[in-house]
Amino acid sequence: MNKPQHKQALLRLGDDALILGQRLGEWCGHAPALEEDIALTNIALDLIGQTQSYLSLAGSLNEGESQTDDQLAFHRTERDFKNLLLVEQPNGDFGDTIVRQFLFDHFALLRAEHLASQTFDLEAAAIAAKAIKEIRYHADHSSKWVIRLGDGTTESHERVQKSLNELWKFTGEMFTADEIDVAGIESGLLPDLTILKTKWDTAIDAVLKKSTLIRPENGWMQQGGRKGIHTESFGFLLAEMQSLPRTYPDATW
Amino acid sequence: MSDSKNSWPLWEVFIRSKQGLGHKHVGSLHAADAEMAIGNARDVYTRRQEGVSIWVVPAENITASSPENAEALFDPANDKVYRHPTFFVLPDEVNHM
Repeated sequence: MNKPQHKQALLRLGDDALILGQRLGEWCGHAPALEEDIALTNIALDLIGQTQSYLSLAGSLNEGESQTDDQLAFHRTERDFKNLLLVEQPNGDFGDTIVRQFLFDHFALLRAEHLASQTFDLEAAAIAAKAIKEIRYHADHSSKWVIRLGDGTTESHERVQKSLNELWKFTGEMFTADEIDVAGIESGLLPDLTILKTKWDTAIDAVLKKSTLIRPENGWMQQGGRKGIHTESFGFLLAEMQSLPRTYPDATW
Repeated sequence: MSDSKNSWPLWEVFIRSKQGLGHKHVGSLHAADAEMAIGNARDVYTRRQEGVSIWVVPAENITASSPENAEALFDPANDKVYRHPTFFVLPDEVNHM
């Protein structure tokens, strides 16, 4: 894969973590229990940490002057963000947030396991190796909640099943390879998405079985994030996230 | 907060720090069961690398001494210096006494 493609692949990794981290940060002070409030914001901070590493690395591959992680996070516009549509979906209720997290965590874990083992980009491998420990905890946390809510009360079961049904249409995008993925897979940087999908299915199905939830049919899948075409709420997320650095450029602590 | 129908049971949390020999009480939290209590304790009490091991105990299972009995329980120990090993010289090899 050439340098611009390499940069794009890293931007995707960084943007997935950044946007999900920003979404989870919105729970700060609002989660159903103090303990869960801290858990969600801990996960958000883990994701922002991963973002810093991936975006810095992506910025160093820029044609011309290299870009910092802050420049990439705060001074790009909507179409330049290449995150999955799944991670930008609004928090909704706690069940929506948990299902979004659950679907992404298992994908992110498998992806990080591949990244940590490849030798095309050793810096990315080191970042992924560190992130794996964090993502394992995230996947464990979200999976346990899916089981609790699914196998909980009638109301919690119905609500979390609805979350699953509504978010399912964003799962196809994780496993659809475009030209960046194809180049990444050829070079060894990125995992083969067909194999990844099989592993993801197994992991997701095991949890869903325990949770008594029904896996939705693979119907029409909404896509566009990887091309910079986002869903309705994304502009509001960016506006909030970027307001300070754009109002006060170069502001420091 | 403590409405028992709508809130999770209370758990007491004990953390063993890197340097510590025993688990020390650090606080309490709410959780639906022991597994969740461990997870919550990890998030609430070990965020700054405080611990290497966590114990959680249902708060209702802790029996505490009553403050009213404090005199009867503790005062008699006051004037019995011979119960303290202060009259022995401790060899250097013995640590953690």
